[in-house]
Amino acid sequence: MIVDLPNTNTNDINKKITGLREEGGAITLSRVLTLVISLDSDDVLEDSIEAANFASREHPCRVIVVVHGDRSADEPRLDAQLRVGGDAGAGEVVSLRLNGELADHASSVVLPFLLPDTPVVAWWPKGGPDVPAEDPLGRLAIRRITNATDCADPLAAIKSRLQGYTAGDTDLAWARITYWRALLASALDQAPFEPVTSAVVSGLRDEPSLDVLAGWLAARIDGPVQRAVGDLKVELVRSSETIILKRPQTGITATLTRTSRPEARIPLARREAKECLAEDLRRLDADEIYHEALEGIDKVQYT
Amino acid sequence: MTAVSDKATSAGKGWRNRLRDKRDKRMPRIPGPCGVVIFGVTGDLATKKLMPAIYDLANRGLLPANFALVGFARRDWTDEDFGKLVCDAVRKHARTPYRQEVWDRLAEGIRFVQGTFDDAKSFERLTETLEKLDNERGTGGNHAFYLSIPPKAFQQVCEQLQKSGLARPQEGRWSRVVIEKPFGHDLDSAKELNGVVNSVFPEESVFRIDHYLGKETVQNILALRFANELYEPIWNNNYVDSVQITMAEDIGLGGRGGYYDGVGAARDVIQNHLIQLLALTAMEEPVSFSPHELQAEKIKVLSAIRLMQPLDDTTARGQYAAGWQGSEKVTGLLDEEGFSKESTTETYAAITLEIDTRRWAGVPFFLRTGKRLGRRVTEIALIFKRAPHLPFDKTMTEELGQNALVIRVQPDEGITTRFGSKVPGSAMEVRDVNMDFSYGSAFAEDSPEAYERLILDMLLGEPSLFPTNAEVELSWEILDPVLDDWASHGKPEAYESGTWGPGSADEMMHRMGREWRRP
Repeated sequence: MIVDLPNTNTNDINKKITGLREEGGAITLSRVLTLVISLDSDDVLEDSIEAANFASREHPCRVIVVVHGDRSADEPRLDAQLRVGGDAGAGEVVSLRLNGELADHASSVVLPFLLPDTPVVAWWPKGGPDVPAEDPLGRLAIRRITNATDCADPLAAIKSRLQGYTAGDTDLAWARITYWRALLASALDQAPFEPVTSAVVSGLRDEPSLDVLAGWLAARIDGPVQRAVGDLKVELVRSSETIILKRPQTGITATLTRTSRPEARIPLARREAKECLAEDLRRLDADEIYHEALEGIDKVQYT
Repeated sequence: MTAVSDKATSAGKGWRNRLRDKRDKRMPRIPGPCGVVIFGVTGDLATKKLMPAIYDLANRGLLPANFALVGFARRDWTDEDFGKLVCDAVRKHARTPYRQEVWDRLAEGIRFVQGTFDDAKSFERLTETLEKLDNERGTGGNHAFYLSIPPKAFQQVCEQLQKSGLARPQEGRWSRVVIEKPFGHDLDSAKELNGVVNSVFPEESVFRIDHYLGKETVQNILALRFANELYEPIWNNNYVDSVQITMAEDIGLGGRGGYYDGVGAARDVIQNHLIQLLALTAMEEPVSFSPHELQAEKIKVLSAIRLMQPLDDTTARGQYAAGWQGSEKVTGLLDEEGFSKESTTETYAAITLEIDTRRWAGVPFFLRTGKRLGRRVTEIALIFKRAPHLPFDKTMTEELGQNALVIRVQPDEGITTRFGSKVPGSAMEVRDVNMDFSYGSAFAEDSPEAYERLILDMLLGEPSLFPTNAEVELSWEILDPVLDDWASHGKPEAYESGTWGPGSADEMMHRMGREWRRP
């Protein structure tokens, strides 16, 4: 069910939420977090809600979407929309459109809707602020998820994450490569048990996931890590073998090659934002490995 | 529960994989290259559970790129025929959506070996197939043998595996064997079976599947008890009056008669599932969740369990008779195909246990299981004592029962707390209400099947969730006297299908001044 509440206030919205719940029986049980989505425009609104609903099936949550509307409007105005039941995953979606002066006070508007005593997660589907923890909405959250991939300059964005880093930050670009990392780590579990001496990460220039992957390798191995622009692949060099994990740029099947061993193929499609988001909600503690990977980007040699 | 280690397997002692880090909780653990051989591929278990679970693991990206699945059976099949069987099983029973690219990669590693258990040549062919896979697919000589076959064939298969050299431990490789219940039919046979398996595979390579231990709700018992401050203080005989562990099924034995006749509910369910649930409910806190510590605590509590005597008063058994299972008319056990008219096999069993520890002394543990009962449900209920003093008139608390904490294992996984609450109105009246945490409906979408978890743990060589030899033997030690007593006299009492069991089970509770919960 979708209910529009034009030109309203937070009190009435809250009453409506309670009313809807009483009407429809207990539609929301045991929600584990509140997810606040911060947007500057409508263009990715529906995609973001869809991703949040997908993630809410794994992590039942209340989703609050804040759209910063027209700041120049004379009168402050709040428009809201509620979605429950079939339109809202496992929880409810509260969309808030902030106009005029109100647009600068998003945190005050959101506050009455935060679930009591449950963690708050903030998500910026388009990029994100320079210092997420100091953003008004970011300040409410213990986990702040940015998205460097969907920025004007993804490389600059991912490089700047380190400067704005606070424990609890993470970026969807990092979740995107979890399975690549797992496959590489698993490849090193097998003989020959030799350290990695150098590595190459190559792919599209505007894929920040690869920069953070290179940073992760640079932080963890003793040896040079190169980031190249070209075919999508990761190469780990040990003294008696080379491990190559590669995939056609838009393909769904990756190939794992190792010196003098049969080639192995494995499904490894690019992860969609909603899957990355669901993974990011799984843990709400500081991701130290991500922090180290950001630090590692400085050591990466760009060719 | 899994102790993630950043050390590699024994093959690389001293070697540390720098890409692994304990703090990297995001990164899933993918097993190394390996092949799984399934014996008994046409059975229900293989097609409904194992193959779908293997596909689901592949779909979640948790299988290695170098993976192979080999079927072994008598049928005169090609690899493609077997592949089709697996594909059909996956399409029909897998939890996650069917994705062609995932299936294609899995299908590349599927092989079939035609043969019989008594034919050494068949095992030579199996050896050749596995060697070829090691070369072509890079499975690295790591093999898991899943014996989805009747236990009487275990010995033959184990011996053939030994003769063909497949079970031989080799440097840098592993061979593991997976077996399913029943683990024997009494203590002696269990020891014999363990002897047979252990003569070929060392204990650390034997993985006994009790699929209940792979269920999220069962693992959650440990989280509930040991991660919270709220429950452990009342988890003892000061507050707990009794514990009821129930596994009820609504289905009968149509079609499974041959296996079940002579086995019965106590052997089929109590010996493994219910006693494992009891162990997790009653055990002390382990020092850590390493497999060894966990097993040590389970073994401690299992060895403190006693049957409450006299057995004729504290146990009950029954056999379902014709009746109405919900809206369906069903036949009684004795009329089911495959059962003799005189069968004394019980389809309902209830026993009473005591635990000789300071924590549990005096608290009876009631275990019951049955077929053709009211509905399908598995739950653990802790029934609390009544408050020692009620500052209310009797009329005010007439409707107040005992507080209870119920762990619903399946279906509708979750936890319910029952307590008294004031009825709104001017009078002070207290009535039972329920507070509910629903695990299933909220987290269902990503909650893996028990078999996925167990197969993955087996491939990783992580033994926490598998009962050891000692646990199996201890649970037979607990149950054997009941089985002997039942065999020596009397027979099961008939109960109408679709009800909650025989009258004697209710009488057994009444003798102890208690009632069964209606789950």
